Amino acid sequence: MLYREAGQFKSTYAEDQQIFPIRQDRIAVALLLLVAFVAVPVFANEYWLSAILTPFLIFALAALGLNILTGYAGQLSLGTAAFMAVGAFMAYNFVLRLPWLGIIPSFVLAGLCAAAVGIVFGLPSLRIKGFYLAVATLACQFFVLWAIQRIGWFTNNSPSGVITAQTVEILGYTFDTPESKYLLTLGIVAVLALLAKNLMRSETGRAFMAVRDMDVAASVIGIPMMQTKLLAFAISSFYCGVAGALYAYTYLGTVEPEAFTLDLSFRILFMIIIGGVGSILGSFLGAAFIILLPIFLSVLFGVASHTFGLDISHAVVSNLELMIFGGLIIFFLIVEPHGLARLWQIAKEKLRLWPFPH
Amino acid sequence: MKRTTFALALALAAGFSGAVLAQAKEQFVPANFYWVGPYAPGGSGFGGGIIDYMQMLNERDGGINGVKLTWEKCETEYNNARGVECYERSKNKGPTGATVIHPLSTGITYSLIEKATTDRIPIISMGYGRASAADGRVFPYVFPLITTYWSQASSMVNFLGNRAGGMDKLKGKKIVLLYHDSAYGKEPIPILTDLSKDFGYQLTTIAVPHPGNEQQAQWLQIRQLQPDWVILWGWGVMNPTAIKTAARTGYPREKMVGVWWSGAEEDVIPAGSAAKGYISAGFNLPGSNFPVMRDIQKYVYAKGKGEFDDKSRFGSIYHTRGVVAGIVTTEAIRAAQAKFGKGRPITGEQMQWGIENLKIDEKRLKELGAVGLMPPIEVSCFNHEGSGLVKYQQWDGSKWIPITDWVEPDYKLVRAKVEADAAQYAKEKGITPRDCPKGG
Repeated sequence: MLYREAGQFKSTYAEDQQIFPIRQDRIAVALLLLVAFVAVPVFANEYWLSAILTPFLIFALAALGLNILTGYAGQLSLGTAAFMAVGAFMAYNFVLRLPWLGIIPSFVLAGLCAAAVGIVFGLPSLRIKGFYLAVATLACQFFVLWAIQRIGWFTNNSPSGVITAQTVEILGYTFDTPESKYLLTLGIVAVLALLAKNLMRSETGRAFMAVRDMDVAASVIGIPMMQTKLLAFAISSFYCGVAGALYAYTYLGTVEPEAFTLDLSFRILFMIIIGGVGSILGSFLGAAFIILLPIFLSVLFGVASHTFGLDISHAVVSNLELMIFGGLIIFFLIVEPHGLARLWQIAKEKLRLWPFPH
Repeated sequence: MKRTTFALALALAAGFSGAVLAQAKEQFVPANFYWVGPYAPGGSGFGGGIIDYMQMLNERDGGINGVKLTWEKCETEYNNARGVECYERSKNKGPTGATVIHPLSTGITYSLIEKATTDRIPIISMGYGRASAADGRVFPYVFPLITTYWSQASSMVNFLGNRAGGMDKLKGKKIVLLYHDSAYGKEPIPILTDLSKDFGYQLTTIAVPHPGNEQQAQWLQIRQLQPDWVILWGWGVMNPTAIKTAARTGYPREKMVGVWWSGAEEDVIPAGSAAKGYISAGFNLPGSNFPVMRDIQKYVYAKGKGEFDDKSRFGSIYHTRGVVAGIVTTEAIRAAQAKFGKGRPITGEQMQWGIENLKIDEKRLKELGAVGLMPPIEVSCFNHEGSGLVKYQQWDGSKWIPITDWVEPDYKLVRAKVEADAAQYAKEKGITPRDCPKGG
């Protein structure tokens, strides 16, 4: 009833081509942004802001980066964490060595460094595909961590290899409260997500999808293979690099190379598989699922054992959380193999017909 | 049924917002450790020890001057992000918020240094974490109590010199550092390198990638080098693997010295008979015969309130290390109460004063029933380590036998390094080091 596009006529090309063609969608997105930018910082407490929402946004950005590469351009990659590491450590070095640059340009440059690394390790994609490419990107994962651990320049010769992010200051304003850090992260993520959403509707995005669906056909209709694939690697790595820089600067404050292990790459891959491969919204849903569900389960168990006075050993509870988490992943994959984003899409289609289905 | 659901929802909301109703006369200490994953033996053992000790104080004395100790467990999985989440979740619980935090992970400690300093919640990183935090002028809220990795490295060289028959005998000796390739494993390298210049030994560092269950290549390299000593800086599964591989390549275990995270029962028992003769450091001793351990047995385990289901872990190295953590925590609470009002819960800020003025001498150790369990400790504003003493022990195939008295590090050298690193940190972060009172 509410979600119906009847009566919304498009009389110009601009109206026809806008990102959200349905008015209700525009209102919903505007409301969501309003809540995220205004209501959340006002009402959420420190725990929500710094331990839940900020990491959620950062991982959503990293998942978005991987989704551009894997979901849209069809190139499987296991190097996500390495690109994040490049972003985090290069941002640190730019701020340290070129302090006049400012934080945002440093983040952009760090992202560009990650993009350069992405292009180099994307070269094998010109020859190999699928799982073999995934194995080739593993090399990136190990090489980048090796370089950061062994070459003192990256960590400014810190004896333990841990770097401490400098204070974030933009135009004289210091981002040191959870609210300000959250808003900075949200701002960057919102802009980049909007750019990605738009990019995927452009010629570049369509070229990505053509390469994903059948690269021979794509090259026959004149899509340059090398350029398209490397561009996908570059854009994806840029997003991951910025996510890595945010991870260091607005979330943890200190990072060690070991934070960006293969394990993290897999987690981000799981985010897009659960959330929806080839969907911007899916990156956010997947990140929410992988990041928030374990915390939710842990809080739930803590409260349940308090309320009902359950006397179970904590080790059992901790392991039980992992089992339930694993079980839910399998459940969602069976119920909807195309991810949570597809569930949302189905719900939207149903809503358009409701309450009078054919 | 409906009502329970409602109550659960309410409680859940409260849990998420971090504000749980609590009575006034309680002192909340977060128990953010790890019970799952490859490092669970360390996390559950240490966590079990500190909780057992606090439980014992509650049962025996009714808390500290009538203030009951409370805690809540949170699983960090030895993962920085989860550790930060647990910290944020626990920091506002209890009537005065989290009193103190034991991150039990070098990585989590690094992630919390800035947050905890802003929130005025002290961090006790006992035997791990950032070594240069021993400079209390730059790190007012971080306490690497008893000993740091740098003190450990220096004391280890002193121990090896002693074994060689004098520090001058170290000249020309070959020492290999076999380390866990992480922030934790890399900590001792600067000190060992500096000392190699002073004493003229030849240092080779060999990294073992996480988790360290394959070390054939590293030990082949060691066999070629034929070192006089191998220092093992391992964690978790890396330790028994190193000992077993050493046995296979024919390297004598009596020539291997482990750091304290390589020196628990869990590290040698899986290696079986290969571990006999292996030496490791420790800032606490194992055993269930200390009076304090007997009290825990009597007041906690006899009532079925103990943390361990597996009773054979009672009195193991990790367990007594947790008890030592419980002792320093509660003694600092006691000191803070003496200053800010007995019988009242203290805040994190008051706790910072309590730890900074913590003094446990031999006399107090005797009252606590912990003589020989841990070294005496005296913390000050200037020195947040407070001791630096380490004992060396040898595995005889079934138990750890202490083979030295408390061994000192080279205080002057370590302190100079600590101050230099702390000064660099202060410069990077724009911190003005505070002044410490004279003699403090």
